[in-house]
Amino acid sequence: MSTAVLEVSELTVRFPVGAARLPVVDGVALRLERGKTLALVGESGCGKSMTALALMRLVPKPGRIEAGSIQLEGEEIRELPVAAMRKIRGGRIAMIFQEPMTSLNPVRRVGVQVVEAIRLHEKISRPDARRRAIELFERVGIADAPTRFETYPHQLSGGLRQRVMIAMAIATHPAVLLADEPTTALDVTIQAQILELLRELQRSEGTAILLITHDLGVVAESADRVAVMYAGRVVEEASCRELLRAPRHPYSRALLAAMPAAARPGARLAEIPGTVPPPAQWEQGCRFAPRCEFAVENCRQTVPPLLAFGAGRGVACPIVAAGPCP
Amino acid sequence: MIAFILRRLAFGAATVGGVLTFLFMLFFLYATPEDMARRALGDKAPPQAISTWIANHGYDRPLAWNPDAPADTLLVEHFRRSLSFDFGRSDADGMPIYQRIREGVGPSLALTLPLFVLGLLFSVALGLVVATFRDSYIDRAGLVLCVLTMSLSILLYIIGGQWLLGTVLRWFPVSGFDTDPAMLLRFVALPVLVGVFVSFGEQTRFYRTLFVEETSRDYVRTARAKGCGDGRVMWRHVLPNALIPIVTHVVVAIPLLFTGSILLESFFGIPGLGSMTVEAIHGNDFATLRAMVFLGSLLFIAAQIATDVLYTLLDPRIRLG
Ligand SMILES: Nc1ncnc2c1ncn2[C@@H]1O[C@H](COP(=O)(O)OP(=O)(O)OP(=O)(O)O)[C@@H](O)[C@H]1O
Ligand SMILES: [Mg+2]
Repeated sequence: MSTAVLEVSELTVRFPVGAARLPVVDGVALRLERGKTLALVGESGCGKSMTALALMRLVPKPGRIEAGSIQLEGEEIRELPVAAMRKIRGGRIAMIFQEPMTSLNPVRRVGVQVVEAIRLHEKISRPDARRRAIELFERVGIADAPTRFETYPHQLSGGLRQRVMIAMAIATHPAVLLADEPTTALDVTIQAQILELLRELQRSEGTAILLITHDLGVVAESADRVAVMYAGRVVEEASCRELLRAPRHPYSRALLAAMPAAARPGARLAEIPGTVPPPAQWEQGCRFAPRCEFAVENCRQTVPPLLAFGAGRGVACPIVAAGPCP
Repeated sequence: MIAFILRRLAFGAATVGGVLTFLFMLFFLYATPEDMARRALGDKAPPQAISTWIANHGYDRPLAWNPDAPADTLLVEHFRRSLSFDFGRSDADGMPIYQRIREGVGPSLALTLPLFVLGLLFSVALGLVVATFRDSYIDRAGLVLCVLTMSLSILLYIIGGQWLLGTVLRWFPVSGFDTDPAMLLRFVALPVLVGVFVSFGEQTRFYRTLFVEETSRDYVRTARAKGCGDGRVMWRHVLPNALIPIVTHVVVAIPLLFTGSILLESFFGIPGLGSMTVEAIHGNDFATLRAMVFLGSLLFIAAQIATDVLYTLLDPRIRLG
């Protein structure tokens, strides 16, 4: 097993809501390896973005990381002072976001924004940084880089904007790239191009990627491993091939069954009965229990831990883990 | 861009026309020349005196319709004189109004310009600070200060300031004016101080809201993810974006600088346009009032156009044909 670039355990993020402190990310464990992609999947609101922001220590107020460990190349960064954390952000961990429309500063030229990313982390003159940034533009496949360099975000298409975001993110050769639904806002052909670009960059730079998505097609194409999240918790973690071939956790199964490609022609598209409960209504036991067809009384009482299920696989469901598949 | 400016100017011209029409209705139709004469001379004035007053002030023309000489009407005269800034003489003391305005602009600006600049810098800076440290004790201390200064009356600050800093501590003269620069500074300091104090609470809250709203935007998250610190996020990212609403807010206030501050000028004895307006109201000086209202509107319209043009310069997303 290769060494982990980023190892996260027991990560818990809480938001105070009224008197309660809701754990929107609850005891999450993740492991990113060099040159590998871990996909984080789950329905909207399950805490995927919050997990990624927590890794950067950028959880928006009044949320707070309340527990857990985040180890970047063996160094614990959860309690690191703010100044040291700033060097890591955009330096060793970079992030790209879902909305390339709004994620760039609208009143500054895109080139300047990439130059800023370089100069925040390296002592380098402005002209040199500019030259580097134009190289980066070419590297991420922006045609006519010197001209595009001088444009404002609103003058670029969504795909180009996302390329600018990627150029900004890889400017400092980060060890970890957090990609929060990088292609959701783009149309299908552009989506494929951006994913290909990320894969190509990963191959040449050895970047570890956390790919957040709720598109299992994207997972199948790009991920090495997959973590399935439900209501703030990781419920299953497996290699991409195994998970797609034989999902174990009842939620993973439901998620796969709901995927269009899984439905045979003419067959009715499966739906997961019920909806994701908002954090305020989470049960004390397994949070999927209310929607689960296999749930027994005990499921509603105790939180199921992530149990080993074969080699390199974990499932947070004692019923499934115990034995013959129901 | 040129076409846009021209279009705005055309709209501005139409608005000026509207203002003049409204003024005409107010001063010549609603309050007729005879009303004006009665107000100026008193109710018991003989008819003879009234018609003399009307003739002397040039109000004896037909209102808007004169078959013999179509141009010789009050309406045409009103438009012609206003648009050529030939405001004529004061109804009260016969002084040329133009000269009075020229004399009053200086003292007014000596008060309002520093008041404006200091107030702006102070409240934007404070707004940035409390927005940077929002939800901390610094923010709460700022809130208490702002609400405190906002909740007391301006009269209290004027009288309190004159008493404490002028009479008791003798740091500044209580009131008055002088054109000698050193003396001017001493006379203007207290009213400027009072003015900044009165307005900064509301202004700071306004800027804080603006900055806090801006910090919740996605590009701010990107800036943080790049490794920008709080200061850099505020200066290089939030401020340039917030500049757009700030400019709109600020430019609209600029014309009011020229017309002075009625309250501060009268309390501190500054012979500016604010004092002049108050005197004109007391002295039934309709010609001066008309001139002041017209100039105020003109400046306001000019500021609106300037705001729109600046808007397009500050925000690259706005492209106008
Ligand atoms: N300021 C806040 N106060 C309380 N709860 C919050 C706040 N911000 C986010 N949350 C909660 O955190 C949870 C996780 O949100 P997150 O954005 O991580 O979801 P996600 O999995 O990324 O969803 P999506 O697929 O829609 O992006 C949500 O249930 C949301 O209600
Ligand atoms: Mg999200």
